[in-house]
Amino acid sequence: MNISNQEYSELAKRISPPSAMYKTIPMAFVIGGGICVIGEALMNLYQYMGVGIDQAGMWTSMTLIFLSALLTGLKLYDRIAQHAGAGTLVPITGFANSVVSPALDFKSEGFVLGLGAKMFVIAGPVIVYGISASIIYGIIYYISTLF
Amino acid sequence: MAICEGKTLKFSNASILTFASVVGKTEGDGPHGDEFDEVIEDNKGDSDTWEQAEAMLQKKALTHAMDKAGLFPADMDLIFAGDLLNQCTGSSYGLKDFYIPFLGIYGACSTFAEGLLLSAAMVNAGYVDNATAVTSSHFSSAERQYRFPLNYGGVRPPTAQWTATAAGAAIVTSAQKPPYIRAATAGKIQDMGIKDQNNMGAAMAGAAYDTITRHFKHMGTHPETYDAVITGDLGQVGSDMLYELMLRDGIGLKRYHKDCGLMIYDRENQDVHAGGSGCGCSASMMCAHFLKKVQSGEMKRILYVATGALMSPTMVQQGGSIPGIAHAVEICNS
Repeated sequence: MNISNQEYSELAKRISPPSAMYKTIPMAFVIGGGICVIGEALMNLYQYMGVGIDQAGMWTSMTLIFLSALLTGLKLYDRIAQHAGAGTLVPITGFANSVVSPALDFKSEGFVLGLGAKMFVIAGPVIVYGISASIIYGIIYYISTLF
Repeated sequence: MAICEGKTLKFSNASILTFASVVGKTEGDGPHGDEFDEVIEDNKGDSDTWEQAEAMLQKKALTHAMDKAGLFPADMDLIFAGDLLNQCTGSSYGLKDFYIPFLGIYGACSTFAEGLLLSAAMVNAGYVDNATAVTSSHFSSAERQYRFPLNYGGVRPPTAQWTATAAGAAIVTSAQKPPYIRAATAGKIQDMGIKDQNNMGAAMAGAAYDTITRHFKHMGTHPETYDAVITGDLGQVGSDMLYELMLRDGIGLKRYHKDCGLMIYDRENQDVHAGGSGCGCSASMMCAHFLKKVQSGEMKRILYVATGALMSPTMVQQGGSIPGIAHAVEICNS
């Protein structure tokens, strides 16, 4: 080859189209924001029904997780996500989708080695590092209260 | 040190007797949908899993090709087959019930050209009366193995390509009628240092350039010599890179170039980003479109250059790059 790898990677960078951010960022804002609005509406609804604010928050999360799991099963969540990008990835619904989608997909390899083993293939790292970070935060917080 | 030039194999006695293609729904909805021999409407047929569905594609493609030739499994001497899955699952499970001597091959999306090259060589050398190349890919089985679960809401960047749900089969015999296989150049592994697994076109363009350049040199040909120089699945990014690489040598390829990955889908209306890919992509487009054109004489001479990204997800996770490969097969009407 009469081209160095560095020149080649510059050529690749020049020719590869970037994401259409003028479109993707507003879409993520609108759809992600829409999910949050639904969450707020549910929160208000549960409080209106006489549920305490802490309980209402939990019920809201549960409802959103259920809806996300249902839409994933109906093969609709990933279609919305094609337009929403991070808008459907960041809220709790994205987390639910990341658990339900491998569970559905790997069911064909059985309930133990398929569904059970592969269910957290995407969410696993989030859980591991989320819990690790919260432990570190807890230790730092505890030490800070000693002084 | 001199750079290895390789050899272009020249065949005097090899032609493609029959060929057939089977595709999934998205491909059937594409611009060449009515040219395929069969469209599987739900991408799964009677299969329980996606892997079984891919095996079924190969089985159907080979069956169609044999039916057209009036051949039975007992008449078949040798099969070269491959696909994208680990252990070449689609090939071994799809073709096991035929009891035909089988040689599994892997060249990622370049596999069909590799199969044609080997088939032509075996037939031309007189070892066998016929040899068949079969390859397949399936969007869903490939996604499961290489990327994310099907219903995961991850977004693909514009440079990503869509694995075609497709299979192609071509039976090569001694020269009887067009299309004739006249020459072939085996590709060299070209690692251009591309690490982005969502940009396979860029990983493969260097290999395509190298193989096309060597084939032109050995044959004394130019882009104008051919009705079309057909790459497998460089997609938009890889095709544009190939033009630039050829232009550095003063060769304008764009006018004569076709890319199966860009043809198989309607990129305006089908959400496939940079185009199609997969072992079945160029196999089905060759069997449904180009070989027919050569057979009828509408095209006299074509150069089919199937490109493959020899990507290992493990190596990419370990920080490695993605080597590319491309094999060229020259197919003529006379």
